[in-house]
Amino acid sequence: MKYLAKDDSKCIQCGTCESICSKTYYKEDNYEKSCIVVKKDGKPEINVCNQCGECIDICPVIAIKRDKQGIVRINKKICVGCFMCVGFCPQLSMRQHDDYIEPFKCIACGLCAKECPTGAIYIAERSDDEAKEMNLDQVFNR
Amino acid sequence: MDIKRIKEGHKLLAEYKYELGTIERGYTNRTLYVNISDNTIASKAVTPMMKEKFVGGKGFGLWYLWNATTPSTKWDDPENEIVIAGGPACGITQYAGAGKSLVCSLSPLTDIPIDSNVGGFFGPLLKFSGWDALEIQGKAEKDVIVVIDGNKGLVTIEEAPYEAVDGHILGEQLTEMYADNEDDKRNVSVVTAGSGAEHTRMGLLNFSFYDPRRKVTRLKQAGRGGIGTVFRNKKIKALVVKFSNVKGDLNNAYDQAVINKTGIKYHREIHDLDHLQNNMRKIGTANIIEVMDEYDLLPVMNFQYGSHPDTEKIKSTVFIEKYITQGVQDGCWYGCSMSCAKAADCFKLKTGPYKGQRVTVDGPEYENAAGLGSNCGIFDPEAILELNFYCDTYGIDTISFGTATAFAMECYERGIINKEITGGLELKFGNFETAVELLHQMSRGEGFGTVVGQGVHRMKKLFVEKYGADPDFLFDIGMEQKGLEYSEYVSKESLAQQGGYGFTNKGPQHDEAWLIFMDMVNNQLPTFEDKAEALHYFPMFRTWFGLYGFCKLPWNDIVPADNKYTDEPAKVPEHVQNYLDVVYGVTGKRLSTEDMIRESERVYNFQKIFNIRMGKGLRKNDKAPYRSMGPVTKEEYESRQERYDNQLKEIGYNPEGKTTEEKIKVLREYREDQYEKLMDAVYKRRGWNSNGVPTIEYLKELGMDLPELIEVVKDLQ
Repeated sequence: MKYLAKDDSKCIQCGTCESICSKTYYKEDNYEKSCIVVKKDGKPEINVCNQCGECIDICPVIAIKRDKQGIVRINKKICVGCFMCVGFCPQLSMRQHDDYIEPFKCIACGLCAKECPTGAIYIAERSDDEAKEMNLDQVFNR
Repeated sequence: MDIKRIKEGHKLLAEYKYELGTIERGYTNRTLYVNISDNTIASKAVTPMMKEKFVGGKGFGLWYLWNATTPSTKWDDPENEIVIAGGPACGITQYAGAGKSLVCSLSPLTDIPIDSNVGGFFGPLLKFSGWDALEIQGKAEKDVIVVIDGNKGLVTIEEAPYEAVDGHILGEQLTEMYADNEDDKRNVSVVTAGSGAEHTRMGLLNFSFYDPRRKVTRLKQAGRGGIGTVFRNKKIKALVVKFSNVKGDLNNAYDQAVINKTGIKYHREIHDLDHLQNNMRKIGTANIIEVMDEYDLLPVMNFQYGSHPDTEKIKSTVFIEKYITQGVQDGCWYGCSMSCAKAADCFKLKTGPYKGQRVTVDGPEYENAAGLGSNCGIFDPEAILELNFYCDTYGIDTISFGTATAFAMECYERGIINKEITGGLELKFGNFETAVELLHQMSRGEGFGTVVGQGVHRMKKLFVEKYGADPDFLFDIGMEQKGLEYSEYVSKESLAQQGGYGFTNKGPQHDEAWLIFMDMVNNQLPTFEDKAEALHYFPMFRTWFGLYGFCKLPWNDIVPADNKYTDEPAKVPEHVQNYLDVVYGVTGKRLSTEDMIRESERVYNFQKIFNIRMGKGLRKNDKAPYRSMGPVTKEEYESRQERYDNQLKEIGYNPEGKTTEEKIKVLREYREDQYEKLMDAVYKRRGWNSNGVPTIEYLKELGMDLPELIEVVKDLQ
């Protein structure tokens, strides 16, 4: 599965990634609307979805699914805005802003990685076996 | 029969088109009135007075019911109503447990108002369709369904002859019929009863929600007080609501950001702490089966005992490991991260009309495991699941069924009734085959099942009048009060909980107060005044959930990590504040904890006066069966001899050399006197006189000195 990998030690907290992300998806330069978040003080820490998929089983309306490339995506049309996925994300990488009634997350588009001056973020691949969601057909014997 | 043919059998009786309307700060400001006698459908305004004094939910239900009925209205009169209302917070999706509907009606068991709090999608979808409440009056000639299409703005009353009656089939049929496709099924919610509700007084209502993972229509129950019986007596087969396009902001909240923030904080708390506390996400309320046993509080064999070695066989881990599907999102409304609506999937039925079929069983909740299991002496998880399933689909309240069956079993074992009377049924404790046959008889409307289905109150009368039973003994062991069966906790050793059950409005149901740990285990309520304070605060606090459309469980079935360091851990202060914040977010009302209690006091006292108006609600109606207070029989005394002997010593009576009968008598005098003293203290704290009547002065203080209420209480001051 494709995901946005990170190396905190290379991050210089410049905020370029946040800026690119929020401008791309919300037409606004506002780190609160970025799918990737960099800690502003102290040691650099990049917080971004690793596509583990735990949120998939939390969603009450199955609005969150993994696509063919392994990216976990939210179908905002059917999302009911409960934000359980935000509270249950093991890494706190599911994002929410009060201007919107749906959460948002990194879809590993790679735009931020292209602009990162130090290579602290980059698109990578890992085994599909690491997906955390349940196989419903198996669970319900279908 | 296929769905198309079933639908072709419908005959349209009435059609009503309406403007879709808007929701403002949680209110649509309209109620949908449907009369199935003359097939009128109308919109009624929700007035500012209703919002101010009754808030919503149960408050609205009781207000409409009061206006629809008179002191002489009986449950089966056409003017009796079934009112379903969510409350202003109902339908928000960010805070756990905010999809509740409150159902009110005059009860066939108690002849006074009953209210029942139920999950499922009906309440929220009703609101999004443009209605704060649904008020149903009248009685149809033939089976009807009422269909509300919240996208088209259309309400219809239709004769529906071919649909099934049993809840699990009818729920599926109507979901299939009214959904456009598989994805649309979650936008349909159905209310049904079941075949057993037709032949008993303990009928319940099933409220459905579609489970997109299991691909089945799940059922949540408005269980208590026989509202399903009223439903079928009115010849209503089902209510259907359909609304597509649910989003998280449809309540048009005053400040959505506050709700989001509070909701996400709570989701995180569940994520971090549930597995360390109650395991609600794994097994729901059934997590306490073994805890109740450990503290001697699990009802065993008609509340005679509080524990049993075989509880091991039905403890929560047995259900978790073997039956309940794990890891599936199980909220009964969107956003419920507590997710306690558990289910056993592919469960193969062993008896009855659906024998051999594999079904999804909604449950077991604690009350089911205790009522259908231990209280009937049944310690078999599969027996509990099967009884649970049939209770739901037949539309029978598991609590009333469990307590009534346990009573009948004890009467049988003591020779008060025999095989001739039971129609050949060997009604012994532990006999699952007999218990389930009683249920099947309730469904078919035959045999001794229909006698048990009348409830403990009427069985007592029958056994005395027809079979010569000792009325005093039956009064002692028949676990009912005001006509309603006790829910499944042994209150014998907690005076506060005896009051928690005994001084309730609707009858002995623990939704008003559950004080056993505070009182008996943690000794936090040593004086009568302490107990009275708790028996004021908690019933009022817990009433409040039903005004707004909340579930009580997320309040204290998990607590913040630092809760024990707060001033009043039993109140869970942080969660109380969460609710005040969410209500502020929805309505814009900034309430204090005092305001919150006051809102409840208004509705609570309204219900109290409603009871008085209907001929109950006075001190004599709060008298409780002695089994709820202490040992009735020799065996019960001797099972806890040390505890009882010690209590006798504490009150200055030397048990040495005394017979058990002598000791029972002295203990009983003491405990009954304590109960009376507690009643005095609680009535005083609640603003009532010694007869249990709210004083006019107190009603004025509450702003509830409405002329119609004063009329009821003025001669009882």
